[in-house]
Amino acid sequence: MNARAPRALDLAVVAALLTAPFWMAAIGGYTELASRIVVMGLAAMALNFLLGFTGVLSFGHAAYFGLGAYGVAMAIKYLGLGTLPAMALGIVGATIAAALIGALIVRRRGVYFAMVTIAFGQVFYFVAFRWNSVTGGDDGLTGWHRVPIPLAATTLDIFGDDKAFYYFALAVFGICVALMALLLNSPFGRTLIAIRENERRARFLGVPIEFHIWLSFVVSCLFVSVAGALYALLNNFTDPRALRFDLSGNLVIMAVLGGMRSFWGPLIGAAIFVALQDYVSSHTENWMSVIGVMFVLVVRFFPRGILGLTRRGASA
Amino acid sequence: MTQLILFNLFNGLIVGAFYALMALGLSLILNLSGVINFAHGGFLALGAYLAYSLIPTIGFWGALIVAPLLTAAVGLVVERVLIRPLYGGDPLYSLLLTFGLAYIFEDMTRFVWGAQALPFQVPGWLTTPLSPRFFFLTGYRLFMVVLVAVAVGALFAILNHTRLGIRIRAGTRDLETVGTLGVNTRWLRSLNFGLGIYIAGLAGVLAAGLLGLSPTIGASLIMPSFVAIIVGGLGSLLGTLLGGLLIGVASGLTAVFLPSASEAVIYVMMGLVLLVRPRGLLGEEGRLH
Repeated sequence: MNARAPRALDLAVVAALLTAPFWMAAIGGYTELASRIVVMGLAAMALNFLLGFTGVLSFGHAAYFGLGAYGVAMAIKYLGLGTLPAMALGIVGATIAAALIGALIVRRRGVYFAMVTIAFGQVFYFVAFRWNSVTGGDDGLTGWHRVPIPLAATTLDIFGDDKAFYYFALAVFGICVALMALLLNSPFGRTLIAIRENERRARFLGVPIEFHIWLSFVVSCLFVSVAGALYALLNNFTDPRALRFDLSGNLVIMAVLGGMRSFWGPLIGAAIFVALQDYVSSHTENWMSVIGVMFVLVVRFFPRGILGLTRRGASA
Repeated sequence: MTQLILFNLFNGLIVGAFYALMALGLSLILNLSGVINFAHGGFLALGAYLAYSLIPTIGFWGALIVAPLLTAAVGLVVERVLIRPLYGGDPLYSLLLTFGLAYIFEDMTRFVWGAQALPFQVPGWLTTPLSPRFFFLTGYRLFMVVLVAVAVGALFAILNHTRLGIRIRAGTRDLETVGTLGVNTRWLRSLNFGLGIYIAGLAGVLAAGLLGLSPTIGASLIMPSFVAIIVGGLGSLLGTLLGGLLIGVASGLTAVFLPSASEAVIYVMMGLVLLVRPRGLLGEEGRLH
């Protein structure tokens, strides 16, 4: 991610995303699927901020995804807020949780860090699962829907119009991705990469390692919660599965599948994963096995991901 | 009230014993090979379902012996074919691989044995309450506590007094040196993995007798096992055992006063431990972080 002119890949990704609703149907997809890809792509890219660019393995990002989802859902349902303020509330809530939990776990490394994030991920799952009166328990939070957004003179009807919601999600995606790119290009981002490459050397250079990893964790969780909020809006619904550990694992495999050392890799991984899951789950009951086999194959044969195949050590 | 507390205390102890069994197997594998075996719950379920299928032919006691051995055999094959090539690499990949295996195990269990919960027959004389006042004290539950205690005792005896166990413990410290001293570390890791999976299979058979069979039986036990390891302290098997029992009892006691928090409480405990004593109750400073 040097400061550089847009490359062909950047342009291709932007063009594909901008036109997706118009060609998704032609290849057997639908607009909602495109929206899901954008949302999961944002989540995987956000995770990759920590995983690929800081070199810290979190296996518990579903917690913050789900907190964003529940935050926006509860703000609309109980407080009657509009879509944007509700999103803001969900994101702030999830980020505060990430800041607190991050402070507890930031000194752990490697396998231990992964294990602590896995374990902490589950606490919100059980809260959502058990606190029936507020969260709807296992059935999820229903009885609310996304609210059209007033824009200057007109209204953006993200509720009634699938395409309008897609472009709303894409706009949010664009803002988040631009912010992440800016951060990665800043001295802060370069420091994160230095920590990833050689933590001990960075420490000897006087970099406060724990603080940087904590900040990277919080930033990563913040953007994951944005994706979670979009996900709840997309479905007009959320349930405890948005918080469960399977989602954490799925986000990690998306990042690895696409290529976790490249900026767009996780988006490509998410597109493949979401499309595959959509296709397989409508054709066989045993879709879990297919996804599981995909995990095994990726680990054994594509450990560097799709973008890792074409360009060595790209854009780091 | 006393009865209710005792009931939940005892229940918590039993559940804690399961957490401890699961966590001990996970710990063995993690300590020696640096692999977080996410498929551990899948192996547990496999042990339980194999026992279910074996009981009509060889009876409960036969199944109790054979099912964990078969599970361990499957574990050895999985270790040899899929996990061994990942040793020494980024733990990310072994975690992802076993995560995928967990999906496959759960789905295949559902495919072979069906999605609905199945009844699990234990010998009739074990299921009658021992006392009308303490109705929860069935023979099976006592039997389970005894068997878990024996299994844990045997595991620690193996680790402390056999050549294999001593090599495993030495390998946990410094596998390279152990290898240089002429020990076949591939075999050591395989046997250690098999031992961990055997314990999971045994826990599966016992859990099935108490909780019944469902494809998600493993998934529901694995998360608390991670917590048990963290609370007890990474690298310490005694700590893992203690952690498992502790969170089981804590969750059981919470169920008396605030049933809906009985799951969340163990994570609160983990948070407190990480805050006050980051290396865990019996963890050694500076290991594995």
